[in-house]
Amino acid sequence: MNRPALKTLKKPLHIRDYPVGPSFEAGFLTTENSGWRSIRPVVDTDRCIGCWHCYLCCPDGTVFKNGRVIDIDYAFCKGCGICANVCPKEAISMVREHE
Amino acid sequence: MKQQKFISGNEAVAEGVRLASPHVIAAYPITPQTVVVERLAEMVEDGSLKAEFMHVESEHSALSACMGASALGARTFTATSSQGLLYLVECLHYASGGRFPIVMMNANRSLALPWSIYGDHRDSLSQLDSGWIQIYVEDAQESLDMVLQSFAIAEHPDVLTPVMINLDGFVLTHTYELVEIPDKEAVSGWLPPFKTNYAMDFVHPKNMGFSSQPSDNTEFKYQQHRAVLDSISVIEEVDASFGTAFGRSYGGLVEAYRCTDADLVVVSLGSTTGTCRTVVDDLRTTGWKVGVLKIRFMRPFPVEAVLNAIGHVKGVAVIDRDISFGYEGTVFTNVNSALSRGQHNIVKLNFIAGLGGRDISKSTIRTIFTKLQQGVEGEPVKTVEFIDLTVDTDE
Amino acid sequence: MSNSTRITAKNLTDKEFFYGHKACAGCGGSVAVRLALKVLGERTFTVVPAGCMSAVGFIYPQLCFTNNAIISTFPGTASMLSGVAAAARALGLENYHVLGIAGDGGTADIGIQALSGAIDRREKIIYLCYDNEAYMNTGIQKSALTPYGAKTTTTPAGQNVRGTVTQKKNMFEIVAAHGIDYAATASIGYMQDFLDKIQKASTVEGTSYIHVFAPCPTGWGTPIDSAIELGKEVVDSGLWYLAEYENGTFRLNKNPQEFTSVESYLLRQGRFKHLRKEDIDGIVRSRDAKWERMRSQWKTKTEER
Repeated sequence: MNRPALKTLKKPLHIRDYPVGPSFEAGFLTTENSGWRSIRPVVDTDRCIGCWHCYLCCPDGTVFKNGRVIDIDYAFCKGCGICANVCPKEAISMVREHE
Repeated sequence: MKQQKFISGNEAVAEGVRLASPHVIAAYPITPQTVVVERLAEMVEDGSLKAEFMHVESEHSALSACMGASALGARTFTATSSQGLLYLVECLHYASGGRFPIVMMNANRSLALPWSIYGDHRDSLSQLDSGWIQIYVEDAQESLDMVLQSFAIAEHPDVLTPVMINLDGFVLTHTYELVEIPDKEAVSGWLPPFKTNYAMDFVHPKNMGFSSQPSDNTEFKYQQHRAVLDSISVIEEVDASFGTAFGRSYGGLVEAYRCTDADLVVVSLGSTTGTCRTVVDDLRTTGWKVGVLKIRFMRPFPVEAVLNAIGHVKGVAVIDRDISFGYEGTVFTNVNSALSRGQHNIVKLNFIAGLGGRDISKSTIRTIFTKLQQGVEGEPVKTVEFIDLTVDTDE
Repeated sequence: MSNSTRITAKNLTDKEFFYGHKACAGCGGSVAVRLALKVLGERTFTVVPAGCMSAVGFIYPQLCFTNNAIISTFPGTASMLSGVAAAARALGLENYHVLGIAGDGGTADIGIQALSGAIDRREKIIYLCYDNEAYMNTGIQKSALTPYGAKTTTTPAGQNVRGTVTQKKNMFEIVAAHGIDYAATASIGYMQDFLDKIQKASTVEGTSYIHVFAPCPTGWGTPIDSAIELGKEVVDSGLWYLAEYENGTFRLNKNPQEFTSVESYLLRQGRFKHLRKEDIDGIVRSRDAKWERMRSQWKTKTEER
């Protein structure tokens, strides 16, 4: 598993359901970031040359390698547009998020 | 093999630490604690103590380093005093909230300003709310023994709370007595290595020291509060088990001396207790029914033990080597509140003495008993009195 | 870990170790953190002080570091790191990294005592300072690394005082003056250079310090997709430099023949919009003086790499 996925935290009913002190399992995610977006990156896989520059520059790690091209994890992409900005082949465009 | 040595309070602490075999020791010097870290450095040098000895650049860094080490499941120790203790206060709360079972020795010393290198209890008593278990020891033997007991208490899975052991600055840190030093193997048998699931490791990686929100902060704090309350039974068990293994136990959270049939009791912390016992014995020969209650643990506060020991007496005088300016001494606040939970009609008085290294003499203690008697007899007495002022005041 | 193969985008692990965090969209700091963790791998203990990266990554129960990580007190990053390193030695662990990630405030101001002590003790740690040039987590206040002229909430630009009046504290040379085993400056605008330096630090038998320039569009008043661009422009204009210190030697990794426009770099940012010509001229002169000193005293290549 390359990226953490969402998990559910059972609502604690008794104090013993709480972790002892502020220490918990690493990489536990309960909410997405998709709701932050007003624009989303759309990849033209024909233009993508697999240079992986956007993959390096993504602050959230939501640009990932999918074979020889990139793909986006829309659950956690915030729509910052850095990927579109740095792409040397203009293979990514930012389009308005449809609600 | 066990042996007897003529050593100081500080040296006894160092011996106790050596026997407990911590993985990491963070050292920063401050009078009157320096001998502890010096002896530990010598022990690391000569190989009798295998520990990572860190020469940190401040007390804040000392406790930070201990927390980092504890987060990996290492057993850790550090020592400080007064200004240093206050410098690391942020880390006190961090360590207790983080549930790191660190043991720290504090040499009780007054707080600037004005500067004083001499002993009183203002430093540690000002930190009772920090979430640490706080012990006040009376002599070098107890110092060594309580270092060992502290690790057992702190690391207990129901507790997981750091422990501060307080020694009176100079009066205990720098005075010498014969101390029995237990055999290292016997200690290793009694105090097993620290094992915990709440540590960073590669099999079960953790995110620690995280942020909480209004929706859950209270629960974490309640959990901490419960852990310190639950430590009361652990403290008693550890003391009993120590007694079985090493032949010495200290009676748990308090030690009552001749209180059972007493009318008047003085309450004290730390090394003053010895002097109080001598005065109690003297007064007893003249027919006074007096006793002294030594409070060994200020946190958790031994409410039940205090009520059991002195809930029946007519007068209680609390000696405070500290003052909460504009109010009263902190030990008095705690004892008073505990006694108020029982049914009683006790006269309770607070005597501020021994600040900034002033000796608490037998004569002072006799005066305290006299004033307490006056109070019990209905004469007007001050509730809070600086009993050893050397000048007149307008009060 | 294998350190003979140069880590690039091609062979960098696909795994993500800093994910699902609540940093601002387009955050430069989180790029640096994310990549450093990918280079160093799973067997890394990370210490992060109070600041942006901990605030966005550690709000129970959303815990965004996939591997071991702990928040330290604000001043205590390097001292907590030292404790982690000591315990790892004491417990006989092998094959691991101890990484600290702190911002400019947590490094150059409140954290400098602990950092100095850790370098002095030669702790085997990697200390990464992500420099977004102000206390960003608390809402953009001036830090020791806020550059001359920048407007922050505590250095407002008005009629009497025109933003920050001090220069950036020279952290790179301060840690070098300790005789640190390895120190480097980097920028997220020069990605491969940054990856190389993290990889280099991971092999150092001693203390490493990497100072990575990490633009903050939120705090600087620039578009949300501008962080990488700004990270490149600051180096190309000479206002930041890529260099290393090792074994008593300073080395400039990039020595541009010509600089791009300082004015253009500054005036595209909201925090510098108030600067007048004389302010910008002063900044250019400082840049020139610094480069003259570096070129004369440090090892450089005479041409642009």
